[in-house]
Amino acid sequence: MSDLKELRDKFAIVGVGNTPYGNFPETDEYGLGAAAFRNALEDCGLKKSEIDGLLVCRIPYYARMGEVIGVHPRWTLTMPPHGRMSGISLIETMMALQCGAVRYAALIYANIGRSRRVTYGGEDASSFWDPWGFTSPGASHALMFRSHMEQFGTTTRQLAEVSVAFRKHALLNPDAVMKKPMTIEDHETARMIVEPLRLLDYCLINDGAVCIILTTAERARDLRKRPVLISGAGAKDDYHDASTRNFAQDFWYGPVQAVAKEAYGMAGVGPADIDALMCYDNFSPTVLFSLEGLGFCKRGEAGSFVEGGTLAVGGKLPTNTDGGHLSNSYMQGWGLNVEAVRQLRGECGARQVPDCKIVQFVQATPCTRSIIYTLG
Amino acid sequence: MPASTYTKPLPNNDPYSKPFWAHAKQGRLVVQRCDVCGDLHFPPGPVCPACLASNQSFQPVSGRGTLVSWVHFHHAYWDGFKGELPYTVCLVKLAEGPIMISNLLDEQPEKLHAGASVSVIFDAVSEDLTLPRFRID
Repeated sequence: MSDLKELRDKFAIVGVGNTPYGNFPETDEYGLGAAAFRNALEDCGLKKSEIDGLLVCRIPYYARMGEVIGVHPRWTLTMPPHGRMSGISLIETMMALQCGAVRYAALIYANIGRSRRVTYGGEDASSFWDPWGFTSPGASHALMFRSHMEQFGTTTRQLAEVSVAFRKHALLNPDAVMKKPMTIEDHETARMIVEPLRLLDYCLINDGAVCIILTTAERARDLRKRPVLISGAGAKDDYHDASTRNFAQDFWYGPVQAVAKEAYGMAGVGPADIDALMCYDNFSPTVLFSLEGLGFCKRGEAGSFVEGGTLAVGGKLPTNTDGGHLSNSYMQGWGLNVEAVRQLRGECGARQVPDCKIVQFVQATPCTRSIIYTLG
Repeated sequence: MPASTYTKPLPNNDPYSKPFWAHAKQGRLVVQRCDVCGDLHFPPGPVCPACLASNQSFQPVSGRGTLVSWVHFHHAYWDGFKGELPYTVCLVKLAEGPIMISNLLDEQPEKLHAGASVSVIFDAVSEDLTLPRFRID
């Protein structure tokens, strides 16, 4: 994808919107999606008649979404309800803008999992390994983290640093679901789920929606706020162990390295230039795996790297400044991209990273993606 | 145990893995082998992931391997496991190459470390179902 370099700074996020996060049995994906869309339009000042691209994720029927919001585009895509689709959607929309298929694209993600009591294991997620009692994406991360502990000596106290830093951010974010302070001791004494992982290593399940509007950097100049440019992007899929969901024997180290090389190469920056990191965190170990693959520390050293509040605002690498999936909201990567935009615009209030100029998003998953954002 | 009273999850109805379960019932651990290029893979699938050939067989393996990782389930995602918490799930790299998720039997904490040698045991959990499980040597 070396020719991706030609796309550097050519496309922009111009509008972002979200709903409150929580438990909303009175509505559904369409109600939440419409509210997020309305907020994103207001954020950028576009009229909805100007939206000619619609991408929906975790929303049952794209056409009903279009009917509900009165948008009848020339380009529509539906993405499956997997977190890894956030990065994929943003990058594929950039491609659609590049070839002129779309002028203004609205990407809408909605999740009603909390009030509908969605579970992520057992009978709701049948797999080949069921007879041995192996299920749930968290169990895959537990297997990987145990392997990381054995190979590199990483400890659960080090892992706790991830959850503790993100909870600290949630306390500074008025939208965040989790409002109770957390210490390393709280993490270490929380209920075991799939050992070595405890409750506080698992993401939230909550209702909510996010909308992101993209266009070209050129068109973005006419809109309400300063555009946030896509300066770098990288992609690599690895399906070797896909029958074990959310699992990779190498913690996605190879794919994350490949994606880092592409994204940093396209943007012309490196890890030392990143002011804030937005890191997919369905389970806390993923953050450690991402840091190693991206090159923020050496392989196997993420445990010591995060010690002492490295990931908190005010630390060496502020990460998931909205509280992430662990403590803000389970918007499956979409919310983290919105936070990247707000940090660059300086809209983050108490959790604002000072002088924030370059923000990176990464998802270490079977479909690894990274996007580097800068202010236009 | 009569099959009708077995309350834990059963193998899914994946057509490619039926022979695996039939072999297990007879005390043989098998993986899928491509008749064309010899690639060994698991779990079974419709074609060889290396060369895409359809012609594949099931090849018995030694039943020996190394322990890669393990976890203890403290949460029962199925009611059938409620009485057995915590239970252990392991990831084994078979001597022949493929990896397999299974259970560890007769767990001894002092022997529990990555790289430990393990051997298969055939555990007839019901009249119809035999689970290949592993024990640290």
